[in-house]
Amino acid sequence: MQIDMRVNGTPQSHDVEARTLLVHYLRESVGLTGTNVGCDTTSCGACTVLLNGESVKSCTVLAVQAAGDEITTIEGLASEDGQMNRVQQAFQECHGLQCGFCTPGMVMAITSLLTENPAPSEADVRIGLEGNLCRCTGYHNIVESALAASRVPEMQK
Amino acid sequence: MIPASFEYVRAGSVDEAIALLVEHGDDAKLLAGGHSLLPLMKLRLAQPAMLVDIGPLRELNYVNDEKDYVAVGALTRHHDIATSPVALASAPVLAHVAGQIGDPQVRHRGTIGGSISHGDPASDLPAVLLALGATFVVQGPSGRREIDAADFFVSFFEVALSPDELLVEIRVPKPSDGQWGFEKLTKRAQDWAIVGAVAVRTVDGVGVGLINMGPIPVRASAVEAAVASGSNAADAAAFAAEGTEPAADFNGSVAYRQHVARVLVRRALEKAGV
Repeated sequence: MQIDMRVNGTPQSHDVEARTLLVHYLRESVGLTGTNVGCDTTSCGACTVLLNGESVKSCTVLAVQAAGDEITTIEGLASEDGQMNRVQQAFQECHGLQCGFCTPGMVMAITSLLTENPAPSEADVRIGLEGNLCRCTGYHNIVESALAASRVPEMQK
Repeated sequence: MIPASFEYVRAGSVDEAIALLVEHGDDAKLLAGGHSLLPLMKLRLAQPAMLVDIGPLRELNYVNDEKDYVAVGALTRHHDIATSPVALASAPVLAHVAGQIGDPQVRHRGTIGGSISHGDPASDLPAVLLALGATFVVQGPSGRREIDAADFFVSFFEVALSPDELLVEIRVPKPSDGQWGFEKLTKRAQDWAIVGAVAVRTVDGVGVGLINMGPIPVRASAVEAAVASGSNAADAAAFAAEGTEPAADFNGSVAYRQHVARVLVRRALEKAGV
């Protein structure tokens, strides 16, 4: 069926099967492969994107469910001149990643968290990231990255 | 994992959703947030021929303070209940537990009505609504009817909804703002409860609900009776596993789950001021 949605601000229109998962739609129809497929069972959070500004696991959303909605992926966070947003910059500065597989999902989950809670405590960050698994870092520097990003005024992105 | 093929229809209203259910019968399945149904479909444990998407229906998305009860629309997301000023003030245990389900991403999609209608005994909300003495309002082609939470859960993944009925509202009687305790054992933060327990003070006394202690969510009636007759938390909690039939799986044996139930009920009762 034909579906329309905005992905990173750009209108998209594609003919998809009803059973197409949002993550496959984003990767294969739209061509944005920054969103990873991890566990494929709503557990690991690697496929986290923003749906109307809120974090969701795109392996557990049908593309047709998102018709008419606004999706933001990791590719949509940096400005047009390549300037990374505050969460991406914080991951770089705080060494918030090792292998990097979970990173797009982590960055999207933290972006959503900071929208809901602009000044989180360390506990807030750890609870807020309970839906994202990382097998490299032990989470320490990911939490540091989230806290560092929260200290940067949002206007500076 | 990709679900089997199905036809997708987005209902524009509750009436339209019911008309589609009447027309397509057992072939049609309602889709709310999809966080219970889609995982089953991806595993091919469910293969409905048609999905009727009611997720975007705003008319069933609310938490309202009525005179005698708190009314929660069936399509209200866990995130919206957890942050609802009405729920936080008038049914704080419901708001708390809604905020403990899964993880933030799950709570941004999952709905209270979907969670209840799914009938999974490992879900958190059914046990809480049992303990609170909630009433469920369902709507079908011939109108609305009310079902007590205690009569709603029939057997494993089976509830009292007819194939052409839709859960539209959850009513939590007031006052439900007394002391409460909620305890859940999980191996990972986001997991389903291996065992969970909730205790809450209501007008009828202390209600106690058990999560994942049998094929359906249950009230710990023997514990409630012990509390009503003056037992302290430890003595009352000794009855927590009475009559329960928990499953044995890789998370624990029957005896382990029954032991954990007694421990969690004691903690929940203590938090509820027993």
